[in-house]
Amino acid sequence: MSFDPVVRLADVGRVHGDGPGAVTALSEVNLAVGAGELVAVMGPSGSGKSTLLNVAGGLDRPTSGDVVVEDVSLTRLPAGELAALRRRHVGYVFQDLNLIPSLTALENVTLPRELDGIRFRDARRQALEVLAEVGLAEVADRFPDEISGGQRQRVAIARALAGERRLILADEPTGALDTPTGDEILQLLRARCDAGAAVLLVTHEPRYAAWADRVVFLRDGRVADTAAAPMESAR
Amino acid sequence: MAIRQGLLALLSRGPRYGYQLRAEFEASTGATWPLNIGQVYTTLSRLERDGLVAPGEQDDQGRVVYTITEAGRAEMARWFGTPVAQADRPRDELVIKLAMAVTAGADVRPIIQAQRTATMGTLQRLTRARRANAEDPAQRLVLDSMIFQAEAEQRWLDHCEAVLAASPQTQERQA
Ligand SMILES: Nc1ncnc2c1ncn2[C@@H]1O[C@H](COP(=O)(O)OP(=O)(O)OP(=O)(O)O)[C@@H](O)[C@H]1O
Ligand SMILES: [Mg+2]
Repeated sequence: MSFDPVVRLADVGRVHGDGPGAVTALSEVNLAVGAGELVAVMGPSGSGKSTLLNVAGGLDRPTSGDVVVEDVSLTRLPAGELAALRRRHVGYVFQDLNLIPSLTALENVTLPRELDGIRFRDARRQALEVLAEVGLAEVADRFPDEISGGQRQRVAIARALAGERRLILADEPTGALDTPTGDEILQLLRARCDAGAAVLLVTHEPRYAAWADRVVFLRDGRVADTAAAPMESAR
Repeated sequence: MAIRQGLLALLSRGPRYGYQLRAEFEASTGATWPLNIGQVYTTLSRLERDGLVAPGEQDDQGRVVYTITEAGRAEMARWFGTPVAQADRPRDELVIKLAMAVTAGADVRPIIQAQRTATMGTLQRLTRARRANAEDPAQRLVLDSMIFQAEAEQRWLDHCEAVLAASPQTQERQA
């Protein structure tokens, strides 16, 4: 079986600042996530998990090494093209959700698609579909402060999933949810993955990491070790 | 031991043959607690001796149907109504191994890492099994319990790593 990664990090390093005050957030990270693959990233606070996700999705640039998304190297991509590639291919679930409080759930999911240049009617139809997929059809017209924390989390996921993006990056998408609700979120990500997306999930909860095909442990910005799911064909 | 009460609980739904009890016991526990047929019959004869079940006539294939008695139902109710004590679990080899490694001044980090990778493998396997058995609530809860236990071990390993990294004693030894 050939392994065709949706995203590949090659020898990636990320150093903040320079001189004696420089902080190394990532060093020598090699990681590839293929279509249909769910990879979890675990590690203590400050170990570089969010940085890894940001770099993989082109929200942050590495200071060394290369990041390749859908066969395009991000390293020397001009900012405009990088933004376009990100919008086309990458769905992001932020650690703090980033929902816009003055927009309804439906509008929150529709807006990024409109920004992608999709016609309003199509963007709205796609948003309704994906809200139904995450089980939120009934609350589509409510504002973020009129739904529960778990529902807000699912709106943020719907926003990342809308438009069939091939690379889904999720930073602690289960937040402080109870375990059945958290399991539902993983069910959603897993389903997208099984439909062909590559998913990179940051979590500090072993129970959610266990949904992944591979679990990468970061320590001090380095990959400390990797657990692959048993009974999986070797790649 | 809970096999007695487990069999009573199954019999509370209606009379059963021994081989049926064995199959149902395993199905309810998600095959995490295999019973051999000998254990089932030994337990049934003790239950009979204690007046908690009553055997019927042998059928033409020599099989006996067992029925729960009033005393059996009372025993089952008592079991459901009594919390389980935090049992004296068999001493955990992992805990002893890490304690000994710290005492011996060994480098504990690779031990923790290897264990974490192995435990995560277990957790991944359990999670897959649970996704495959999501419809049966009894099996699902048993698998959930094992998932919570593996998760607790994983958290404890993270905790050990953090504590040891912060401890001047181990810092010194590894320097
Ligand atoms: N803009 C920045 N400037 C300087 N240092 C930074 C910056 N962003 C992150 N860092 C540092 O990089 C390291 C990795 O941060 P990162 O946010 O990736 O950690 P994390 O693993 O996501 O932690 P958490 O679990 O707390 O979210 C930390 O030491 C952090 O302080
Ligand atoms: Mg983070």
